Amino acid sequence: MRFSNSYVVAFAFVVCLVCALLVSAMAVALKERQATNELVEQKLNVLRVAGLVPYGEKPKHEEVFAMFDKYIQPVVIDRRTGEVAKDINPAEFDQEKASKDPKTSKAAPKNAAQVARLPNHLQAYKFDAEGHAGLILPIHGKGLWSTLWGFISIGDDYQTIQGITYYSHGETPGLGGEVDNPIWKAKWEGKQAYKDGEVAIHVVKGEAHDNYSVDGLSGATMTSNGVTNMLKLWLGDMGYGKYLTRLREQSQTS
Amino acid sequence: MDKKTRKILLDPLHVNNPITLQVLGICSALAVTTKLETAIVMSAALTFVTAMSNAAVSVLRNRIPGNIRIIVQLTIIASLVIIADQFMKAYIYSVSKQLSVFVGLIITNCIVMGRAEAFAMANPPGLSFIDGIGNGLGYSAILLIVAFFRELFGSGSLLGFTVFQKVNMGGWYTPNGLMVLAPGAFFLIGFIIWIQRTVTPSMVEEE
Repeated sequence: MRFSNSYVVAFAFVVCLVCALLVSAMAVALKERQATNELVEQKLNVLRVAGLVPYGEKPKHEEVFAMFDKYIQPVVIDRRTGEVAKDINPAEFDQEKASKDPKTSKAAPKNAAQVARLPNHLQAYKFDAEGHAGLILPIHGKGLWSTLWGFISIGDDYQTIQGITYYSHGETPGLGGEVDNPIWKAKWEGKQAYKDGEVAIHVVKGEAHDNYSVDGLSGATMTSNGVTNMLKLWLGDMGYGKYLTRLREQSQTS
Repeated sequence: MDKKTRKILLDPLHVNNPITLQVLGICSALAVTTKLETAIVMSAALTFVTAMSNAAVSVLRNRIPGNIRIIVQLTIIASLVIIADQFMKAYIYSVSKQLSVFVGLIITNCIVMGRAEAFAMANPPGLSFIDGIGNGLGYSAILLIVAFFRELFGSGSLLGFTVFQKVNMGGWYTPNGLMVLAPGAFFLIGFIIWIQRTVTPSMVEEE
């Protein structure tokens, strides 16, 4: 069958129009639900690091919001001074977005964690739940194949690590992917982050020998180094270091 | 159901399977089968897209100008894939996060385009829809078998529930590392093809 050129153009136009309408109607209708899902996921990750929700358990959306509001207080920190930035609403702050905008971030000096840009402000979460208090800090950095995104949780002496967890990574399952292994994660509890004001915590090859080191993941040296590198960056003065130093001094004087 | 319809629906499950006979859609079969859960969701998404796109293309088949038919098919398929993807993001967020880019990649899955071009362009909507379901199920069957073995031997679990307690969790089972990597799926698909051809000699090509 032969069709005229104008028919072909008109046909293509109508097909595109119908498809575009369908897709946009769907996107608009589901947008709210998707946004809620993302928010819940983010809050749930924080609650999990704080030890308030056990791994594998999936509370309802309302419960997540209620627990988050009850126990967690988000704060935004000025990375350069280490002070709390009072002019930014923590609920609206998006660190990932801020890292991309040249107005709110700057290119990072060359670092082993291969983080390209550092935002001027950083997100942190204070938590206080039945005598179990501390600070949760988002961290990310390059492993072997992928960027690992996670959190580290530090006790209210701002020195003792309570836990580390990654919510997104693409490391080799069974090797680097063992960063998700609860047995390995449990080894972080009680380790000391700083020694004489410097970031001292690191992952070693083989077995940990002191309070500043954690067992390496066997067969995953690059991922283990990635974890060390990102902690050096984010706990150091380029990351949360100044804020943590300030908090440590405050807790010692009071 | 008459004989012809039954043949259209059931042939892709075995003797005309899109993965094991036509060797189409291998990419996602490797990528999403480390766990049973993702394989189930991916299978459902692909069956939906193949069936709906087949039906839509078939309804339009006499009106689609031949010189732009591929791009028209692609537009329809792409729209359906986006709808499936958006739907999954809204209702089964955690699975859709694991599937990430692979739902979007259904667009390039050869099974979908292949059926639209080879079947839906020449057959009425009802039969095309059934053909889409049949091919979707044929793809699903292989995915589920592969995912079953990969999750069981690679992670010692099924649908996330522990079946074999792994050594690194304090149990006895040393997981088979090959199973969680892509080559594991290649071996399994190879075995399935071997078994199929042994059982049904008519599938073997003449020398």
